[in-house]
Amino acid sequence: MTLNAQLKIQRGSFNLECDLTIPTQGVTAIFGASGSGKTTLLRTIAGLDHHANGVLSVAGEVWQNESKFKAPHQRSIAYVFQEASLFEHMNVQANLHYAARRASDDDPGISVGDAIALLELQALLFKQPSVLSGGERQRVAIARALCAKPKLLLMDEPLAGLDAGAKARLLPLLESALRELGIACLYVSHSLDEVSQLADNVVLLDAGKVIAQGEIQSLLTQLDLPLAQYDGAESIVPATVAEYDEEYGITYLDSDVGRFAMVRKTTEHGSLVRIRVLARDVSLTLNPQTETSILNIFVATVTQLQPFGESQITVKLLANKTPLLARITRKSADLLNLKTGLQVYAQVKTVTLF
Amino acid sequence: MFNQADIVALIVTLKLAIITVAILLVIGTPLAWWLARSQWRYKFIFEALVALPLVLPPTVLGFYLLIALGPRGPIGQLTELLNIHPLAFTFRGLIIGSVIYSLPFVVQPLQNAFAAVSNRQLEVAATLGASPMDRFFSIALPLARPGFITAAVLGFAHTIGEFGVVLMIGGNIPGKTQVASIAIYDHVESLEYANAHWLAATLLVLSFVMLIFVYAVNRKVGILRT
Repeated sequence: MTLNAQLKIQRGSFNLECDLTIPTQGVTAIFGASGSGKTTLLRTIAGLDHHANGVLSVAGEVWQNESKFKAPHQRSIAYVFQEASLFEHMNVQANLHYAARRASDDDPGISVGDAIALLELQALLFKQPSVLSGGERQRVAIARALCAKPKLLLMDEPLAGLDAGAKARLLPLLESALRELGIACLYVSHSLDEVSQLADNVVLLDAGKVIAQGEIQSLLTQLDLPLAQYDGAESIVPATVAEYDEEYGITYLDSDVGRFAMVRKTTEHGSLVRIRVLARDVSLTLNPQTETSILNIFVATVTQLQPFGESQITVKLLANKTPLLARITRKSADLLNLKTGLQVYAQVKTVTLF
Repeated sequence: MFNQADIVALIVTLKLAIITVAILLVIGTPLAWWLARSQWRYKFIFEALVALPLVLPPTVLGFYLLIALGPRGPIGQLTELLNIHPLAFTFRGLIIGSVIYSLPFVVQPLQNAFAAVSNRQLEVAATLGASPMDRFFSIALPLARPGFITAAVLGFAHTIGEFGVVLMIGGNIPGKTQVASIAIYDHVESLEYANAHWLAATLLVLSFVMLIFVYAVNRKVGILRT
């Protein structure tokens, strides 16, 4: 099951060209700066934009080619816009039923009741959209999209218009809904945080060109790509919750890299989590430190070095096949005489879960 | 008090207004929708055409209609060809005149209401599986409801108030084409001021109540705004 798109879009001076193969499973983020063509690409996939030439097929079904153009309502999609765009003449419940009534009964997907539970809308059902807060509106919009039972959920920066607090509350809700349903989702964003929390795969767009596509874990740590050139560059380590140390309040997480210790009690034992390791929280030593406050120390091999600004260097490490990033000063790199192939000890000061 | 002929004239007037509004809502809705949504570069020509009855002296409109409906006019020839009774000086002729005369008063509020329906709402509906027809009935119509109320009331009130057009093409036949506004004129000419007062006051109150209703329903109504 894949989405195949060979599309050329020309609108005035803007050009977008892409040749994409996206798995229609899990979340694929379309990431790029504003003006890179993310929204245009998403609208083209939805059929809302008619300017594209080329071929688009989803799970073997042709949505667009030289002779055919399926209208948006004939595509098994749902679209969540940056502004919630609720139907103002209907209350919350009617908004959800509007989508559910037009979904095919045969399609697998969730019921209105499940959508209400997933996005915690019980208290809002009989309210009019105009009295809802921004976060509430977007929760309704997401639930409404799920009620349409789409094969492909398209989301265009659904959190970008929210304040930090609303975003922080909605993001985990959205993540668990997407994971629980296993729904295929294209998620447009220019926020590294959202992408690394939600995405399984990433398509990187720059000025109308696809510069890379692949798994999030590997794209985050490719030094020549923009993701690794952010101030907040990070790597992701999949792990399972091993145990919780009551006495110190520390959770241990097992991964390919080794055992991580993390402050904070987390979800149940055995559950799968994604550990987030910020490059600037990783320091390197040539010998294992024994008398140190750092709990997370792992053996790794330097595989690549890339200058970051005037005085820093981004180091790509491989710890038992799992890529990690470390950002250190150029001076330290020279003192340690870092070069590719060198074995080092990566000290990770803090890690967090999403 | 009203005499028998005045009451008949009032009934003819109301009948004319109701039928005219019904016809205008049916043809005005798709026309207004098209004017509101079309990207066609020359649609302003049609907007001007729709607005024409606003500025044209009713006698001009009535004059051309009379020519067109008359035995040598294009519509008159057509009715003769189809073996239909000529439309000049008939109630059906009045309806045609009123529909044209009141067209902008129905189409413009509808066009404004449809233009205010955000494209985004229609796009959302499309992505949720609603066909164009479905979107029109489930999204555009309910959102444009105040516009429909405005259009219906203004079209009704304006038809009641017409004079010049009906005088030209109606022929002032009591019980058939004599409407209230012309009955008032007749009364004044015959110096029957009491009768004229009753009819005039009725139209005044009726029109005022209807306008109050329109402005109460839609506080942002702009009759001449496009």
